[in-house]
Amino acid sequence: MPDQSVLPRQFRVVGQRKRRPDGIDKVTGRARFGADMTAPGMLWGLVLRSPHPHARIRSIDTSKAEALPGVKAVVTGRDFEGGERDDVSINCMAGGKALYDGHAVAAVAATSKHAARAALKLIEVDYEVLPHVTDVDAAMQPDAPLLHEDMVTDGLQPPPDRPSNIAARHEIGHGDVETGFAEADEIVELSFKTEATHQGYIEPHACVASVSPDGSADLWVCTQGHFMVRNVCAAMLGLESSQLRVTASEIGGGFGGKTTVFIEPVALALSRKANRPVKMQMTRAEVFRATGPTASSSVDCRVGVTKDGRITAAQAELRYQGGAFAGAGADMGAMAIFTPYDIAHVKAVAWDVVTNRPKLAAYRAPGAPMAAFAAESTLDEAARRIGMDPLELRLKNAAREGTKAAYGPTFPRIGLTACLEAVRDSAHYKAPLGPNQGRGLACGFWFNFGGETCTTVNVNKDGTIGLSVGTPDIGGSRASMCAMAAEEFGVPYEKVRTVIADTASLGYNDVTDGSRVTFSSGLATIQASRQAIKRLCQRAAIMWGIDEEAVVWEDGHAKPASPNAGDFAPLSLAEIAAESANTGGPIAGHHEVNAEGAGVSFGVHLCDLEVDPETGFVKVLRYTAAQDAGKAVNPDYVEGQMQGGSAQGIGWALNEGYVYGEDGKLQNAGFLDYRIPVASDLPMIDAIIVEEPNPGHPYGVRGVGETSIAPPLAAVGNAIRAATGVRLTETPMAPPRILAALDAKVGDPDGRMTGQERDAPGKKARDGLPDDGLP
Amino acid sequence: MTVTVTTTINGDHEEFVCEADETLLDALRDHLGLTGSKEGCGTGDCGACSVMLDGRLVCACLVLAAEAEGRRVETIEGMAEGGELHPLQQKFLDAAALQCGICTPGFLVAAKALLERNPDPSETEVRYWLAGNLCRCTGYDKIVRAVLDTAAEMRSA
Amino acid sequence: MRYEAPETLDAAVALLAGESGVAKVLAGGTDLLVQLRSGMLEPALVVDIKRIPETRRIDAEAGGFRIGAAVTGAEMGEHEELVAAWPGVVEAMELIGSTQIQGRATPGGNLCNASPAADCVPALAAAGATARIVGPDGSRELAVEDLVEGPGKIRLKRGEFVASLFLPERAAGQGDAYLRFIPRTEMDIAVVGAGVCLTLDGDGRCTAARVALGAVGPRVILAEEAAAGLVGTTLDEAALEALAAATSAAATPIDDKRGTTDFRRKVVGVLARRAAAVARDRAQGEKA
Repeated sequence: MPDQSVLPRQFRVVGQRKRRPDGIDKVTGRARFGADMTAPGMLWGLVLRSPHPHARIRSIDTSKAEALPGVKAVVTGRDFEGGERDDVSINCMAGGKALYDGHAVAAVAATSKHAARAALKLIEVDYEVLPHVTDVDAAMQPDAPLLHEDMVTDGLQPPPDRPSNIAARHEIGHGDVETGFAEADEIVELSFKTEATHQGYIEPHACVASVSPDGSADLWVCTQGHFMVRNVCAAMLGLESSQLRVTASEIGGGFGGKTTVFIEPVALALSRKANRPVKMQMTRAEVFRATGPTASSSVDCRVGVTKDGRITAAQAELRYQGGAFAGAGADMGAMAIFTPYDIAHVKAVAWDVVTNRPKLAAYRAPGAPMAAFAAESTLDEAARRIGMDPLELRLKNAAREGTKAAYGPTFPRIGLTACLEAVRDSAHYKAPLGPNQGRGLACGFWFNFGGETCTTVNVNKDGTIGLSVGTPDIGGSRASMCAMAAEEFGVPYEKVRTVIADTASLGYNDVTDGSRVTFSSGLATIQASRQAIKRLCQRAAIMWGIDEEAVVWEDGHAKPASPNAGDFAPLSLAEIAAESANTGGPIAGHHEVNAEGAGVSFGVHLCDLEVDPETGFVKVLRYTAAQDAGKAVNPDYVEGQMQGGSAQGIGWALNEGYVYGEDGKLQNAGFLDYRIPVASDLPMIDAIIVEEPNPGHPYGVRGVGETSIAPPLAAVGNAIRAATGVRLTETPMAPPRILAALDAKVGDPDGRMTGQERDAPGKKARDGLPDDGLP
Repeated sequence: MTVTVTTTINGDHEEFVCEADETLLDALRDHLGLTGSKEGCGTGDCGACSVMLDGRLVCACLVLAAEAEGRRVETIEGMAEGGELHPLQQKFLDAAALQCGICTPGFLVAAKALLERNPDPSETEVRYWLAGNLCRCTGYDKIVRAVLDTAAEMRSA
Repeated sequence: MRYEAPETLDAAVALLAGESGVAKVLAGGTDLLVQLRSGMLEPALVVDIKRIPETRRIDAEAGGFRIGAAVTGAEMGEHEELVAAWPGVVEAMELIGSTQIQGRATPGGNLCNASPAADCVPALAAAGATARIVGPDGSRELAVEDLVEGPGKIRLKRGEFVASLFLPERAAGQGDAYLRFIPRTEMDIAVVGAGVCLTLDGDGRCTAARVALGAVGPRVILAEEAAAGLVGTTLDEAALEALAAATSAAATPIDDKRGTTDFRRKVVGVLARRAAAVARDRAQGEKA
């Protein structure tokens, strides 16, 4: 970790609620998003998708489509065989099998949308329909339909001798859980299931591709990482990276879902074949069917506590399916599940499973929300068993500086207890509740990420600053970059303009993910600015005829370091820049880094809601989210991240979820029946920013984008438990489920647990205890 | 079948040719270059294509382009008067009522229609009026506050 | 696809009757355009009826109201006399979709789309509304509950379409209400709907009742036994509980992505009971 000494300091620009520089284009309709681009001679591209969840593709006859007037190119999996044919490539265009309902099998480019649509109907695909499986527990059964003949579970000793749908097993932990459980006065054991959700960004994927016969190519695309798009597409199509220039459009939401490619390589392949630019734009139904939703999960969780509230042991088995390819992220869930707490004995086993569903993509703290749902619901039940306030139980066991997390690291300064105390001290925590109302609390954790970053800053001759970063702005990061550069240079915020440079203009930048941009691009911006400031001082030294060591930078001016250096009036940045032609040419700074020290992030959420006992309808009444931001560069947008993540988590908890029929087809591929929260579903969301500086960043910044989606599932579930007496263990906790649980309680005098746990579909008779062998 | 449509968009006379089954949103975006209205769903569920049609708030994706014949259409591109932003636009900018910005044009058109009808809406009225405009970034908090604050400022102006 | 926007009922009938392929009527378009876009429907002809004056007016008629088939939900909500007379019908219409949808969606379209979950149909059926159908053989009136045959199917002959709806004169001591259940607060399709129209005498005793249920069968269900059970009662708690049980028994719901059989059967009773209480209060409010 680089030594980034975080000293208490007064900030001039950082920490202020500055207006975002890209805002005016966005309120006037001028901002150009993925679908807002056109090109001369442009064709329209459309994709033909499999109607079957699992089918062998015997043959594809494209001749009739190709013969249709206006059709300029048709591609199938064959057109991708020249390049790298990995999971991502096969996901973009099927090979020998269609692996899920919506899997791309062919694509056309035509002079009009009409012609393209007509051409799709003329493509004849001969399918041999195969048995399918979409549920994670069912997919783990020995007799389940097999997706990949060559998939042998990784992480088992000895390796299995036959293929299965289980891609990998992971285990993390420390101590000995049985010793820990032996110390417990109460052991709570529950099983949970969560359905897959979708990021639900409002902008469907869109791009314009143009490939020339000489191999040079341009791609305009809405993405969280245009350098990733370049590298992946170049490898897939056999292009050279230098020849493929990718420009990131404004991006209409991503939340992790735009960290991979879907239509981009297809558009390039069509353009190459047609020798014309090709525009592609997914429909909303395609977005749901064929982009990257989350994993669905099945989790067994067991927690032991003493009567006085010490967590003695925690154990979990997490089974995630992430669609038709390996990489469900169960390992991330296992690493995150008990991390908010200082527990001596922890064990978490993760199973990574494939099913006939679209390949998952990241979604805000991927893998963590379902893990937190299990852990935080189980803890809530444990607090009830011992009669302790759930916040007190958490405070008593909260991870703090020096706590060794089960996934390895020993934490430096972290903000969990500060978040818990902030919630405890809030007016919300003490507010009275009415009949049928309940309050739920939950904690959440996310790792955060640094990663490869490359940033350039240019000092213009008029004293303004041009900043080029390579990380697409998905939530106001240009405003934060401007603020950090202005802070360093000592110029007004308005004097800095930040652009997202294309792939030909900067070195590689990792995608905008892992809550990394304000941290990593911010860090690189600060360091690049410092380099430019060093050069400004050199130029001032030349102008004054003194040694550069004798010049310092203060308040946007070069000044002699001491009276000994000479008696010179301070030179402003603008004055030095204006003279730059005479002192050595343009002035710039640059920084490239593979950033470490991102600094983990914790959040604590509090939810009040009311349940209609006759219908199971849930109304969220009040919501508070506290989160450690390290240092909030722009509090408006930190709050926005917390509020947005909370809303997404509430949606996940209550009404969002993929619905697959017995036929393996997605039944709710639209915003009508995939029910994200609307404005009238939510109250105001109070955001409490806690600032425990991150020692890994010059300003103490931590990523803030993801943590906020981890706590809401359990916060909502715990509030429903408090309001009704029933524990929901399956998302979405939609009215039919709640009403069924309430009805089951009527027949259950104990009323503590519902039929939900006993009847959880897919939960096998394993005494609720995770085991280590294959199921 | 193609249709020739003569209409008024943001006060300007416009004429365009479209297919009979193309929507007003297709016409605005693909034929007239007015890409401020966004397609988030194409089924009237997200409100990103909100426009005014003869003074009535509608989703442009649920109107055939041919229906615009002789009608008056107002889009986000017509909301600012010259260089002067509408107070709602200014407030969204000042109060961070947008993150990615894809839903913003639809919210602004819809919110303007609300304030023209009801200059003093309650929080609940704002939330229900805007229920057809999906935002996935903000949790609606800052958007609702921006509309309420703009209404208050416009009343006292 | 051909688009036509005739200006008279006769011209519309002639266009529809003259098309040998699939011909669809366009009113608000909030269902039709979605079907067009998804490719599930590829009509040869679309006849936009919004330029026909009769479809766009709300007229007083025989003490009641004739509502053009292409009047929008927003326009119904702005019609003060209609709202005062038939608040349940107007609320049902206004529940459909967002503000944007309200600017387009029409009762004629909601009826003719023939979704089992259509919101305004149970309210119209409870109110005793009829539809005026025009066609090559002239015009006829049909009770709204008889127009719908099943999901997506209506009893119209080639060339016929619904031009208007008629809501009868609201009797003294009469009140109506419609409630639906959706998991969110807005933007969902009804999981269950219940429309109730009651008439009370001067003593607060129920003299007539109509109860119509949505989304719990392939088409709107007129729960006649459940309604008959209310007649003669003062709509006290016991009567309302009996109504709930009777409507639950009358429902024939299915499991689907929006709800389970058990959920729908139970909640339809809850909603019928609650809607009856609202209708009762409205009926008494008028008397007071």
